[in-house]
Amino acid sequence: MSIKIQNLTVSYNFHPAVHHLSATINQGQWLAIVGPNGAGKSTLLNVLAGFITEYEGSIKGINPNNVAYLPQQTKLDKDFPITVLELISTGLWQEIGFSGGLSDTQIERCMNALEAVGLDGFENRLINTLSGGQLQRSLFARVLMQDQQVILLDEPFNAIDTKTLTDLTLVIKEWQNKNRTIIMVTHDLEYVKDNCPTSMLLAKECIDLGSTKSVLTKENLDNAKKVSEAFDENSAWCIS
Amino acid sequence: MKIRLGASAKMIDFLISPFIDYAFMRRAFIGSFVICFGAIPVGIFMTLRRMSLTGDAMAHAILPGAAIAYLISGLSLLGLAIGGVTAGLIVAALAGWVSRVSQLKEDTSFAAFYLISLALGVLIISMKEANVDLFHILFGNILALDNDTLWLLAIISSLSVFILAILYRPLIIECVDSMFLKSSGIASEAAHYGFLFLMVINLVAGFLALGTLMSIGMMVLPATAARFWVSSLDNLIIISIIVGISGCYIGLMLSFYFDMPSGPAIIVSVGAMCILSMLFGSNGGFLRSLLPLRHLKN
Repeated sequence: MSIKIQNLTVSYNFHPAVHHLSATINQGQWLAIVGPNGAGKSTLLNVLAGFITEYEGSIKGINPNNVAYLPQQTKLDKDFPITVLELISTGLWQEIGFSGGLSDTQIERCMNALEAVGLDGFENRLINTLSGGQLQRSLFARVLMQDQQVILLDEPFNAIDTKTLTDLTLVIKEWQNKNRTIIMVTHDLEYVKDNCPTSMLLAKECIDLGSTKSVLTKENLDNAKKVSEAFDENSAWCIS
Repeated sequence: MKIRLGASAKMIDFLISPFIDYAFMRRAFIGSFVICFGAIPVGIFMTLRRMSLTGDAMAHAILPGAAIAYLISGLSLLGLAIGGVTAGLIVAALAGWVSRVSQLKEDTSFAAFYLISLALGVLIISMKEANVDLFHILFGNILALDNDTLWLLAIISSLSVFILAILYRPLIIECVDSMFLKSSGIASEAAHYGFLFLMVINLVAGFLALGTLMSIGMMVLPATAARFWVSSLDNLIIISIIVGISGCYIGLMLSFYFDMPSGPAIIVSVGAMCILSMLFGSNGGFLRSLLPLRHLKN
């Protein structure tokens, strides 16, 4: 099922962060959302994940319950004493709920997910003993456990070394082979050019959407930079 | 004819006879034992969520409810409990709601509401002329627990353990990654408000026995002590309950032999164990940092 965004506007204090955005994201598409700081990338991702529910316009074809969301590491409390296995098994929340126990098959699935992200043997380590790359690998393992049709990744490769980046890119390509929809917010244009087939260049409004090659042109990027980050305190109401 | 006791028998006599000879000591120990099981696991989550001071605020916030109940029904414990829970829940709900819907951070909104609540409480108490009983509300009276109060404490603690068991998983997920639960809606709200509810009922149980000012100590101090010895959540809960129960026992003994007020004696005992843990704890204690560093090959 494709995701249809129609005339989406999200505002903070009436100032738009995402402005009149319309886009269709097809099932199985790997889409990178790029743009300057303050372009509304994270806001858009938060709307798709269901964290922001106040917006104008409409979004069809996505249900927050069927989305796997990979947060930025800064949003986590890394000092909370839980093990890697416990962390990634929370990806089974939809299946086990408040009180269900983990079956042997589910534990085996966790182990397979750890192996898939290159963390075998780490299951009993507390998360505060992990390096940034290892923590990122375990968050990817949790997305594997969630096993959802739509996968949202918020800056997945911030401060990650090349080895981890290569390994986790293989994980994403595996998702793509399974026809999952992957939407990824990132700053890393080089990565997008090398890996992501499609991109959306966002600067509050959608500057361009399509194949990465056609979107990330110098002209488009220059246009994106021109959009002012600051709010206009005396702005008139937008009635379009 | 007097039977001569050996040294070890004397020691045992010293350690357990207060509880054998006096029913009020037995009740006090059972009461504090029960409180430990309810309050301490909640205290662990409180410290891990960096909510120790929020808990302290809540402890003050239950005062006006207790004060109004005291005006209406005197020192009836059930009345005090209902009043305390009501006031605590109102403040928790208001502060939690305000911090969720406005830009105010949770600590600020809690501080605002607890200060209002505390001031109201003091006003209400001062309206009644004889203030001697204020001491009981502030510092509790664990040596005067009757059967009804013991039942009340047992019910609150059982309810607390039961609710915590249900909320355990969403609470942990909320602590580690609060965004994760938000998209699934109900569980996140349940974890947030359910935890505030747990804090309030345990504070009220603690306040019946130890007083409003001391009850938070039973939640924060054992949890803090335990963190200097172990790090996994299961172990934290086990060790802190052991610390809490030992503190209650030592405190009651101090109170019995040296005629100290029991609530503060218990909290000082747990507090002493907490400071010893800070000094000698194997997991980040101060003395550990004086030892020479060493390391494994890999």
